[in-house]
Amino acid sequence: MSNGKKLELRLAGSGGQGLVLGGIILAEAAILYDNKNAVNTQSYGPEARGGASKSEVIISEDEIDFPKCEEIDILLSLNQKSLDKYITDLKKGGILILDRDLCPNPPEGNEYETFRIPFTNLARTELGKVYVANIVALGAIAGLTDCVSRAALEKAVAARVPAGTEELNVKALAIGYREAAVARVDHPVDTDALS
Amino acid sequence: MSGPKFKSGLRLMSGNEAVAEAALYAGCRFFAGYPITPSTEIAEVLSKRLPQVGGFFLQMEDEIASMAATLGASLAGAKSMTATSGPGFSLKQENIGYGCIAEIPCVVVNVQRGGPSTGIPTGPMQGDIMQARWGTHGDHPVIVLYPDGVEDAFWETIRAFNLAERYRTPVILLTDEVIGHMRERMFLPKPGTVSIYNRRKPRRIPEKYYPYQGGTQDVPTMAPYGEGYRFHVTGLFHDRTGFPTNEPAEIDAEMRRLLRKISRAYNDIVKWEELFMDDAEEVIVAFGCTARSARAAVKRLRARDRKVGLFRLKTVWPFPERALIKIAKRAHVKKMLVPEMNNGQVLFEVERVAGRYCDVEGLQRLDSEMITPRQIIRALREN
Repeated sequence: MSNGKKLELRLAGSGGQGLVLGGIILAEAAILYDNKNAVNTQSYGPEARGGASKSEVIISEDEIDFPKCEEIDILLSLNQKSLDKYITDLKKGGILILDRDLCPNPPEGNEYETFRIPFTNLARTELGKVYVANIVALGAIAGLTDCVSRAALEKAVAARVPAGTEELNVKALAIGYREAAVARVDHPVDTDALS
Repeated sequence: MSGPKFKSGLRLMSGNEAVAEAALYAGCRFFAGYPITPSTEIAEVLSKRLPQVGGFFLQMEDEIASMAATLGASLAGAKSMTATSGPGFSLKQENIGYGCIAEIPCVVVNVQRGGPSTGIPTGPMQGDIMQARWGTHGDHPVIVLYPDGVEDAFWETIRAFNLAERYRTPVILLTDEVIGHMRERMFLPKPGTVSIYNRRKPRRIPEKYYPYQGGTQDVPTMAPYGEGYRFHVTGLFHDRTGFPTNEPAEIDAEMRRLLRKISRAYNDIVKWEELFMDDAEEVIVAFGCTARSARAAVKRLRARDRKVGLFRLKTVWPFPERALIKIAKRAHVKKMLVPEMNNGQVLFEVERVAGRYCDVEGLQRLDSEMITPRQIIRALREN
């Protein structure tokens, strides 16, 4: 991300997929370890699980006034319902990162830079824990977009996840980075063009 | 303040977390509450933090009981707070009035959500502006503050406690779901570097202490129960001893002193923030989360050479009418726009104060979504 630019990210899925925590981790990485400014907001329904929930993060070198996303640069969706509901705010040419298996119907055409990665399946098969799919996704987002540095993200993940699960989560993060690197070979991303 | 229990430095914090932490910095050592979205994190944080600093956390059976416990703790000498949201704020009102007439310092936080009734539990609105002013019955003095971000929430919470202690009155801190739940950078100060005001205690011997004698500033000194002072506290109109009175002259004097004690302190209580106001032709009057949208709109319009300024209420009540009149009278000020997430509660106040001197327009949103900078820019273009 270049100086002075503002990056808007939205993490969407159903309640319980860990996206509120994902937003906190990204904002913390930016503020505490990358020395940038960030704001994190969330929106959810009255239900504790299910539904469509979203967490938004704005990262900038400058002061952030309006705390919600207006023109989203990066949208992560971990289920089809959230993808359908929230894609409208993704700007043209924005980066769309989807759970390949849980979002079976991605948008057609070339309006977005779309990446389809099986986050949940990777978490299940490689780590035996579905619940770290959110951390795999964070690794992929950062690997694809450089929205926060890897060192910052690793520190932020280790500081926020439950004690005793740090190693598991750092592994999950590494899987995300690996998948992003593979995807970028086939599909280069111009990170300077973001925002 | 016990040092090691406070960790200063840079943090990512939510508005609710900042309010809870700031209360501890201000010296709050008692919280009673009943959980309700979107305020619950304040209780959650304090349930953990208060015992760490030698304080007391109490989950009560309902909202009015929480308010009663908050008042009781304050009478016993503790700085106390309760926190709630819309429906819970309604339920606290009777005892808020008790706190006003019995002159009991405390802080009541209302993290606004959509109303009326159960309304929209998880979404923001700004519909409690008038309830904060008039929610409890009868004429009564009130102080209401409304921050616009996490850092501001921290400092305004401390100011709320200081004002409560200085003027012996409940202070209402309004926020909203956006401010309560958004997380941003917060630099926690070193403990001991924050300026704190503590209520004045009587110097007289107990036999000559009058708990409701106003003194020079109309604010009586306050003796904590348990230090040898015996006095009566009631929600009835009372004389200087605290015992009920039916004497018209005493009722009149008590009511006028109560109102005067806040109105004469206007300059100390009423704060606001100005941005690009020096040559502004159009002024956006905003507060809380909507002020964030207004700030973004003002900066974008200034980049296009539009002479737009922001007047942000930090104190909502008493209303900053003297400041607004002065601005409205400026020759270059043509219009005021009041964006708010309610049906025009502050618009009516601005019309009352500034309507004679410039145009006043409203911009209302009632769907529990934030007013966007674009909406504000569009409203200024259309008007």
